[in-house]
Amino acid sequence: MSAYAETLHHGPAKGISRWILTTNHKDIGTLYLVFSLIMLFIGGTMAFVIRAELFQPGLQLVMPEFFNQMTTMHGLIMIFGAVMPAFVGLANWQVPLMIGAPDMALPRLNNFSFWILPFAFAMLLSTLFMPGGAPDFGWTFYAPLSTTYAPPSVTFFVFAIHMMGISSILGAINVIVTIFNMRAPGMKMMDLPLFVWSWLITAFLLIAVMPVLAAVVTMVLMDVHFGTSFFSAAGGGDPVLFQHVFWFFAHPEVYIMVLPAFGVISEIIPTFARKPLFGYRAMVLATVAIAFLSFIVWAHHMFTVGMPLTGELFFMYTTMLIAVPTGVKVFNWISTMFRGAMTFETPMLFAIAFIVLFTIGGLSGLMLAIAPADFQYHDTYFVVAHFHYVLVPGSVFGIIAAVYYWLPKWSGKMYDEKLGQWHFWLSFIGVNLTFFPMHFVGLAGMPRRIPDYALQFADFNMLTSIGAFLFGTTQLLFVYILIKTVRSGKAADQLPWEGARGLEWSVPTPAPYHTFTTPPELNKE
Amino acid sequence: MCRRLHLFCLALFLPPAPLWALEFNMPVGVTDTSQSVFNLHMTIFYICLAIAVVVFGVMLWSIYHHRKSKGHEAAQFHGNILVEVIWTTIPFLILVAIAIPSTITLGDLYDASESDIDIQVTGHQWKWHYKYIGEDVDFFSVLATPREEIENRKKKNPNYLLEVDNPVVVPVHKKIRFLFTSNDVIHAWWVPDLAIKKDAIPGFINESWTRIKEPGLYRGQCAELCGKHHAFMPIEVKAVTEEEYGAWLSEQKAAQKAAVAAAEKDWSMDELMNTGATVYEKNCAACHQADGSGMPPTFPPLDGSAIVQGEKLEHMKVVVNGRVDKGMPAFGKQLSAVDIAAVITFERNSWGNKTDDMVTPAEVQDLMDKQ
Repeated sequence: MSAYAETLHHGPAKGISRWILTTNHKDIGTLYLVFSLIMLFIGGTMAFVIRAELFQPGLQLVMPEFFNQMTTMHGLIMIFGAVMPAFVGLANWQVPLMIGAPDMALPRLNNFSFWILPFAFAMLLSTLFMPGGAPDFGWTFYAPLSTTYAPPSVTFFVFAIHMMGISSILGAINVIVTIFNMRAPGMKMMDLPLFVWSWLITAFLLIAVMPVLAAVVTMVLMDVHFGTSFFSAAGGGDPVLFQHVFWFFAHPEVYIMVLPAFGVISEIIPTFARKPLFGYRAMVLATVAIAFLSFIVWAHHMFTVGMPLTGELFFMYTTMLIAVPTGVKVFNWISTMFRGAMTFETPMLFAIAFIVLFTIGGLSGLMLAIAPADFQYHDTYFVVAHFHYVLVPGSVFGIIAAVYYWLPKWSGKMYDEKLGQWHFWLSFIGVNLTFFPMHFVGLAGMPRRIPDYALQFADFNMLTSIGAFLFGTTQLLFVYILIKTVRSGKAADQLPWEGARGLEWSVPTPAPYHTFTTPPELNKE
Repeated sequence: MCRRLHLFCLALFLPPAPLWALEFNMPVGVTDTSQSVFNLHMTIFYICLAIAVVVFGVMLWSIYHHRKSKGHEAAQFHGNILVEVIWTTIPFLILVAIAIPSTITLGDLYDASESDIDIQVTGHQWKWHYKYIGEDVDFFSVLATPREEIENRKKKNPNYLLEVDNPVVVPVHKKIRFLFTSNDVIHAWWVPDLAIKKDAIPGFINESWTRIKEPGLYRGQCAELCGKHHAFMPIEVKAVTEEEYGAWLSEQKAAQKAAVAAAEKDWSMDELMNTGATVYEKNCAACHQADGSGMPPTFPPLDGSAIVQGEKLEHMKVVVNGRVDKGMPAFGKQLSAVDIAAVITFERNSWGNKTDDMVTPAEVQDLMDKQ
């Protein structure tokens, strides 16, 4: 304790300038997490508009052009505003704590990479109030819908994406430099907690593909304003080129959004099973394998663009291969649970739901990999069901599990377990009610991104909308739980979870403003 | 209760009742390829189901038995190379087993050679154009669902949003090759019963084929987001016997000849206004609105527009050549001279526009010929 006591007087600055000027990894972590929560609700409100319009056939609430703006903005905000910043927030809080570092390696850069985001999203959201409306070409912004036929706000969209990309790249650089240089003395790479490992791999993916996104939006900008024809056949370009470049970014992006969640689950399951993680080495290798494969599967998003047969076969085979390392991860988690002594606190419930529902999303992904069958699945609600299963009960449940798991250490207070259980069960029911029926309407023939649909899809759509309203409102309970914990939660113990291991639990509760100013001694087990 | 019973009886006995039966699965379809795609889908689905049952079974068993509240002590094992090798190898072998039939089906789907009939399908915002290659027959196919139904002012019919004015007619048992392209953005032509979904890409041509086994109406939709009316450009494929197809084809040829002749006859103001109203509803109202009010700033109003009330020639040029930079299509490539003349006459004499101008098909033809 005495090692920490001497650092206590270096408390945070007072007032708002603490948050603007901070270079402290914990403050920046909090900023990221709060920001992503706000974005979750903004993106959620858009989902609410979408589901309200789709409650019944016919056009009731919004016009088709506004509906398209909603689907586009919902996707962009959830991906770049909610899920990605939440994981960067978790990395900020946890990576230094888990490797025994006093802070991130590049603290000022850290401040900068966060503070780009509010401006980027303010700009993106402001397009909703511009003449011609917000971007309406889907978050995938396929050319020429996003070039020749785009609303004027496309320029702001391009600039906003550039800013988000800069933020992500800087954040990723910081994570890599921290993990390579600031581990506690004696901590080898194969001693790293899996959360740190998966973030390290994620950071490399980010550095590899965010520049590709920057390139593709720049090409869009050039086509719109500077008379180039990258994506216009009339000028010698190719609209399909857009899709290749875009998905070369966007497929690894899918793993950027889920690998850190894998890491979270690999921390939580051993804690509540009171048993070491099964197959640590296999888990690391599987994550590396997934990251590698993610670079050579991109065109499975494009099975219907008219690729040559050999191209289709290549991307079909590589995509199917991803099932192998992903399976290894699931099997290892279950083996960790096997013959443990499990308890089911809220983080564990979310983690188990993650494994089950992510696996469902993974299996539908395997179905989508089969190119001939994909001709029927492609661009239908079956795809919508698939990627929401991996992103909502996947990534988002992973984030929620992490927050419940580490909140006692961050805030020094314990959340209300009973309310946490309510939050879990309502979310679990809501998420399945929302996304499971989408498989059926998709198979029965409902295309995605439509504001109105044929009558045979009506019943399942109503069910989906009801589920969405339930899931959305339940997240208000989450906010209430968080506020209640921070304001009036019971004091948490130094080690709030009986089975928890790892350096982050060795610091006092709540974690002091500065930790590990003296590197920790690793006790070799 | 009485009301419910009444509704129930109504549902039972009124034949064109909507299809309330829940559809859970992919249609089997009406071609050999659609059937093999369906079989592939079911095979992989059952494999996934089996994997899920085993994985979740072990997990639930463990959750039930290995809980602290039951006094279970945690074992401390944390790895085993052999099991890692086993659960890497078995999934790999399963994947190989799936890959073989998938590859065979895909190869079959890609073999569009030796077709009997070639149809060029062109996507437009927001309608499909079909051209029977070598037959001199071509037409647009537009959503037939009335706006009243979409705007909930009228009861929706069972084929709501899945009906068009001119279905694409094909004979059964013939190999039909479709060539897909687009006039503006990317669309995707999808008919689930034929298991065809192919992108229509501006400047490029994709192909796909089918051989339909049973006569019938097969409905589909555009599957690639193509702008605001993406949900409103359905597809209807009408498969008929070979004799019926032959009859239909000659009927179409006669109709197209009649249309050419129509351009040369003298049109009265009333005739032009009537035809113009129909043409406007199908081609213009989506953007410029039924009451001509438009949706500024993207789609300017026509009611009170300077162009509509100004020089006839300028108005004709805009309609014929379009304004590609602003998303207005060049209708000279899509509509006949009669239709263009009629719709311009209609626009110049509707709502607040009272120019009393009449534009004749001959004037339009003249302009189109000059360019």
